[in-house]
Amino acid sequence: MVSFRVDGRSGVPPYLQIVQQVRQALRMGLLEVGDQLPTVREVVAAVAVNPNTVLKAYRDLEREGLLEARAGQGTFVRALPPGPPPHTFSRLGRGLARWVREARDAGLDDESVESLLKATLQAQDAADQDTA
Amino acid sequence: MNWDERSLVLSRRGGTAMAGSATTGPAPAIQTTRLTKRYRRVTALSDCSVTVPQGSICALVGPNGAGKTTLLRMLCGLSRPTDGAASVLGAAPRQAPEFLAEVGFLAQEMPLYRRMSAEDHIAAGAHLNNRWDGASVRDRLRSLGIPLDRAVGTLSGGQRAQVALALVLAKQPRVLLLDEPVAALDPLARRHFLAVLTEAVAAAEGSLTVMLSSHLIADIERVCDHLVLLAASHVQLCGDTDDLLAEHKILIGPKKDTAPLEAAHTIVQATTAGRQATLLVRVDGPLIDPAYQVEDVGLEELVLGYMGAAAPAAYARPGTSELDEPAGDER
Repeated sequence: MVSFRVDGRSGVPPYLQIVQQVRQALRMGLLEVGDQLPTVREVVAAVAVNPNTVLKAYRDLEREGLLEARAGQGTFVRALPPGPPPHTFSRLGRGLARWVREARDAGLDDESVESLLKATLQAQDAADQDTA
Repeated sequence: MNWDERSLVLSRRGGTAMAGSATTGPAPAIQTTRLTKRYRRVTALSDCSVTVPQGSICALVGPNGAGKTTLLRMLCGLSRPTDGAASVLGAAPRQAPEFLAEVGFLAQEMPLYRRMSAEDHIAAGAHLNNRWDGASVRDRLRSLGIPLDRAVGTLSGGQRAQVALALVLAKQPRVLLLDEPVAALDPLARRHFLAVLTEAVAAAEGSLTVMLSSHLIADIERVCDHLVLLAASHVQLCGDTDDLLAEHKILIGPKKDTAPLEAAHTIVQATTAGRQATLLVRVDGPLIDPAYQVEDVGLEELVLGYMGAAAPAAYARPGTSELDEPAGDER
């Protein structure tokens, strides 16, 4: 089972926050195929959002093929999102953590790290386009 | 605080199911048509036409004195309209048992008998209502750690609000009207109150409709899927919050003639600083003027924009106001 957070100040609509958190939990291996998601009532009681917000999020994920509603039982994980398996994420995450420590030691603050990451992603995209 | 208000929490015996209570589908839970309330000199509400679909949680927002309480009191039959009509669950609101069995109202000051305990209130409610789920009140209050045997006057504001909410839910209303239920509560008590409210709506699976007035936009954004905005005694906005947000944009650009823009769209509010103009626009079709930077609007900006536009004069034409700071109209 997963629990959700809804941050009113994030600027991301609440239903999209739930969609993103489900996808994230699937990628990280916190949810597996066949697992049950909390009911609308459980989510609403925990985070005080409009019930329709949760319904809308679950419906979006059903349409994507990631979740399925089983009549009278609840909502279950049907498939994992396309992309590398969960262990790839944890391996890359460990590598990134090493790199971040190195960056901190070199005196980079979060803002510098973020802009360096963004610049690297952009440069990589440009390089990929050249070879394509 | 008077008996009439408390009677809506604890309603009266003898209620039978309302005619047409089996209504499902698209019939709105609340509908008003040109609803108007005039007191001797003051018009509290004018030409108010709103529709609230079943199963929604509708926010009622607007500056103090805009007519929010007047509207809520007319919807539960505590006040009669001077003109126009209201329909709640297909019936005209009135202080009659069969109407009150379906409609719950919590006045702003959380009307409870201060010397009575929650348990006393549960017993009174059982006596006064045909349909009464006293066990649900005990379960809710126990799970929140609220004592059932202490006089409610000795409880904290947040606990009293939870007692009042649990009681009004015990009669299993299909429409619940709440007048600034969380205004006096601290953030944690507010969150707990709203969690209980949204859970009740989820449990009712579309058969409970809520209208609540509030000034707290962050709460509204979380909890409400519909919005009615009153200002200067008039309805300024009414609809699904996602639709309303999609229909409005913020335009930032040079201060210039807005006539071409207004040919297709409506300027709700214009603010200028030096050579720059910031416009809140109700968009009708594509926006093509490249001079403007177009941004999505947040709920707070939208509400403040309409409130500000209505603030300087009761009948300000949209687009003529130039406010640096939208201000509430305190009366």
